[in-house]
Amino acid sequence: MSGRVRFETGAATAMPALEPLLFELQRPGRSGRHVRGGDEADALIPAAFKRAVPLPLPELTEPQVVRHYTHLAQLNYSVDAGMYPLGSCTMKYNPKINDRAASLPGFADIHPHQPDETVQGALRLLYELQELLAGISGMDVVTLQPAAGAHAEFTAILMFKAYHEARGDAKRRRVIVPDSAHGTNPASAAMCGFDVTTVKSDARGNVDLDALKAALGDDVVGFMLTNPNTLGLFEERVREVCAAVHAAGGLVYGDGANLNALLGVARPGDLGFDCVHINVHKTFSTPHGAGGPGAGPLCVKRHLEPFLPVPRVIKDGTGAYRRETAAEHPKSIGRVRSFIGNFGVLVRAYTYIRTLGEEGLVETGRDAILAANYLLALVRQSYDVAYERSPMHEFVLSAAKQKRQGANGLDIAKALIDEGFHPPTVYFPLIVPEALMIEPTETEPKETLDAFADALLRIAKRIETDPKSVHDAPVKAPLRRLDEVAAARKPVLRYKPA
Amino acid sequence: MGQNPYSPHTDADRTAMLARIGITSVDELLGAVPADARGPAMGVPAGLSEAEVQVHMEQLAALDRTAGAGPFFIGGPVQRRYIPAAVPVLALRGEFLTAYTPYQPEVSQGTLQAIWEYQSLMSELLAMDVVNSSMYDGSTAVAEAALMAVRLTGRKRVVVANEVFSQFRQTLATYAKGPELEIVSLPTRELAAGAAGAACLIVQHPDAFGTLVGVRAIADAAHAAGGLCIQVTEPHANALLDPPGALGVDIAVGEGQPLGIPLSFGGPHLGIIACRDALVRQMPGRIVGQTVDVNGTRGFVNTLQTREQHIRREKATSNICTNEAIAAITASVYLSLMGPGSLRAAARIGVARAHALADRLATLPDVQIGAGGPFFDRFALRTPLGGELRTALLADGILVGEGIGRHYTGCGDGVTIQCTELTTDADIDALAGAVERATARRPVAAR
Repeated sequence: MSGRVRFETGAATAMPALEPLLFELQRPGRSGRHVRGGDEADALIPAAFKRAVPLPLPELTEPQVVRHYTHLAQLNYSVDAGMYPLGSCTMKYNPKINDRAASLPGFADIHPHQPDETVQGALRLLYELQELLAGISGMDVVTLQPAAGAHAEFTAILMFKAYHEARGDAKRRRVIVPDSAHGTNPASAAMCGFDVTTVKSDARGNVDLDALKAALGDDVVGFMLTNPNTLGLFEERVREVCAAVHAAGGLVYGDGANLNALLGVARPGDLGFDCVHINVHKTFSTPHGAGGPGAGPLCVKRHLEPFLPVPRVIKDGTGAYRRETAAEHPKSIGRVRSFIGNFGVLVRAYTYIRTLGEEGLVETGRDAILAANYLLALVRQSYDVAYERSPMHEFVLSAAKQKRQGANGLDIAKALIDEGFHPPTVYFPLIVPEALMIEPTETEPKETLDAFADALLRIAKRIETDPKSVHDAPVKAPLRRLDEVAAARKPVLRYKPA
Repeated sequence: MGQNPYSPHTDADRTAMLARIGITSVDELLGAVPADARGPAMGVPAGLSEAEVQVHMEQLAALDRTAGAGPFFIGGPVQRRYIPAAVPVLALRGEFLTAYTPYQPEVSQGTLQAIWEYQSLMSELLAMDVVNSSMYDGSTAVAEAALMAVRLTGRKRVVVANEVFSQFRQTLATYAKGPELEIVSLPTRELAAGAAGAACLIVQHPDAFGTLVGVRAIADAAHAAGGLCIQVTEPHANALLDPPGALGVDIAVGEGQPLGIPLSFGGPHLGIIACRDALVRQMPGRIVGQTVDVNGTRGFVNTLQTREQHIRREKATSNICTNEAIAAITASVYLSLMGPGSLRAAARIGVARAHALADRLATLPDVQIGAGGPFFDRFALRTPLGGELRTALLADGILVGEGIGRHYTGCGDGVTIQCTELTTDADIDALAGAVERATARRPVAAR
């Protein structure tokens, strides 16, 4: 990002800035001519309803808008530009053919209220994707409706509630999560009205089975488990964990954030989970979109099928595809969003799965695991390793040693920016002090992994000799460190004219 | 090997990597995986070349009838509108599309400034104080707004108008099952009378059938009873109608798809949620704030994060993490290009076409338009065929909205007709002619 060409617009800004705001670039009277006409509408809207307050949207020409967003784009790090070793986020390469497929008019220009007979291509794609994801996850049935992983968690826990209630068991009020869990797990349980119990991890980074058994009881809805977990470690006693939860009458939720490691290696459905979600924006290469959209298909075992959200896509006896009706699915928890899913994202995931095929998916899981273990081998001499076990697709270092030397995990993250890399996930999972959670994915070449390792080793060396030198990092990014405390203390959440 | 076309590893690379780890096969790293579960068959067909997959996708896509292929009057929360050419060119640039959530602000200023500008533009459009960086869609925005009101008032009753989009009400009902909220449905005209003991009144304006609604009286009733008023709105209507912030509304929500985002069979779209300043600590989802870096240069960061799941876990205002950021950026590019002029024009054309069409249809026997009051750019079309009119029109290649009777309680039957700036005179002629033929085909005795 250093050496970025700076473009001058000449617009005055309220303070020194990388790029003026739209509101600073605008001049009253400037406009494009994207749409015009309709003046007769003014007489059709009763005065009592007409907008009486101003509409101070910026007035700009198209060339200004194009330059503005081009300048902004150039301030971003992205997968298209470089390695993104964010643990638990699986920032693999996003193939362009997937984007092109999603933009085909037959997919982009169809409305969710169109009758089934006019959208047979889309419905067939969704039906086939449901089948593919069932096979990949080892589950029986799939809903494509959840818009993201957290949305799938919410959907599943609500289904757990319905499952227990349908059996006349309404006393279950607690969801158990490990202390290594993503923050979304306890938040999703809370949205479903449940209390959350946290169980600790053992010395090998697994769920502490004794602690879990002590926490289980006839008031437990279920247990939420990420496998491999957020330490990048496969749960060594996963079947015993699932069996213990089942013995207490609970259900086991699989958080599929780390499914990339399991492709062709093992299926959650074969390990004892009752359901698992898939972050297609991780495992199946759809772009993260600067924060979203994702899609979080939820794959479940047969006993949870009655409670799935409506509608799913079904194939009738004549080979035609249709969306099921609510009447066909009376025990469903209902709809969790307006329509059948983040279709444009699902098209990309389908395209990716069809491109790779079974053999490509198998290679993906193995290459992701190989890359993580290789990278760990390169850097372990200089950093503490949280758990001394072979990781799966990601691993967690601790910068505890560096902290004693005078620089912390955040400093290392910012120093990596100056080395030309996006930082890893830092300070998560919460159980590892000064955590650096690194996931290289299968799409980074060996020489890039080598360069990233060299950067981490150089930073460790700098901290040994001159820890203060990383306190100022980054110095080569578009901006230096930002004052987040001031941002929260006196929030400025929108433009207001001076 | 070489089965994943996006994996760069040569066999020589893999051998070198294994050697550095000190093993000879990846299998040696899988000791924790139960042996009988290892290497499962997944049932995925063999991989395709890029050319092969493109052909396959084109063949699937060709089975769909696109909205632009003929007269099209489906709308509601998702609307077929004109998307300026520069919108996808800019918003889908790889630097935005393939970026992660902007947790490292020094290398994410493009995303952060674009989203802060989205919050600003949307605040102006809605005349609301604060807008978050996006929800999944309009329906989850409604549900999360209701949960906000429940937290703010400590009440568990939510009163929602029958004339709110059916999918929004259904999603709300699902979200209510967790905290076991009481959902009360009332006709809009009786909504104010339901305010006592309610956390909020949820009103839609223009409503699902395009009808203009007096929101201010409903907001006043909610406030008088100690509750909040939530308005479901839609972007283009705010260019011409008094916005939620001018009507006494506490939380405004809506579907942002009409702002330059493709129909895409229902997603990804954009959930809009906006509130008054005083309520911001209960807002779900990410919010971007302005600040400075150590040199005093303006910059933007995710802020007020103590509301969010990665900090507060089970005490967070919502579980939302991944949102619809690229859709918010798309909406921002769209609003920048359209400006107030083209935005108003697009809204006005929809209104004008809808009224021209309604006037034509009103001349036919046995046809009823709307509820008799003022409407915006869509209306309920009621004929003796009820919701079946939809099937009859499809035979003529004309697509209209869902059957009302199937999706709405107490609203009669019929179909919804949406117009936008893309509705042409020829479309209007086609629909008017087809409705005339369809209703005339019915035996006189049945009419």
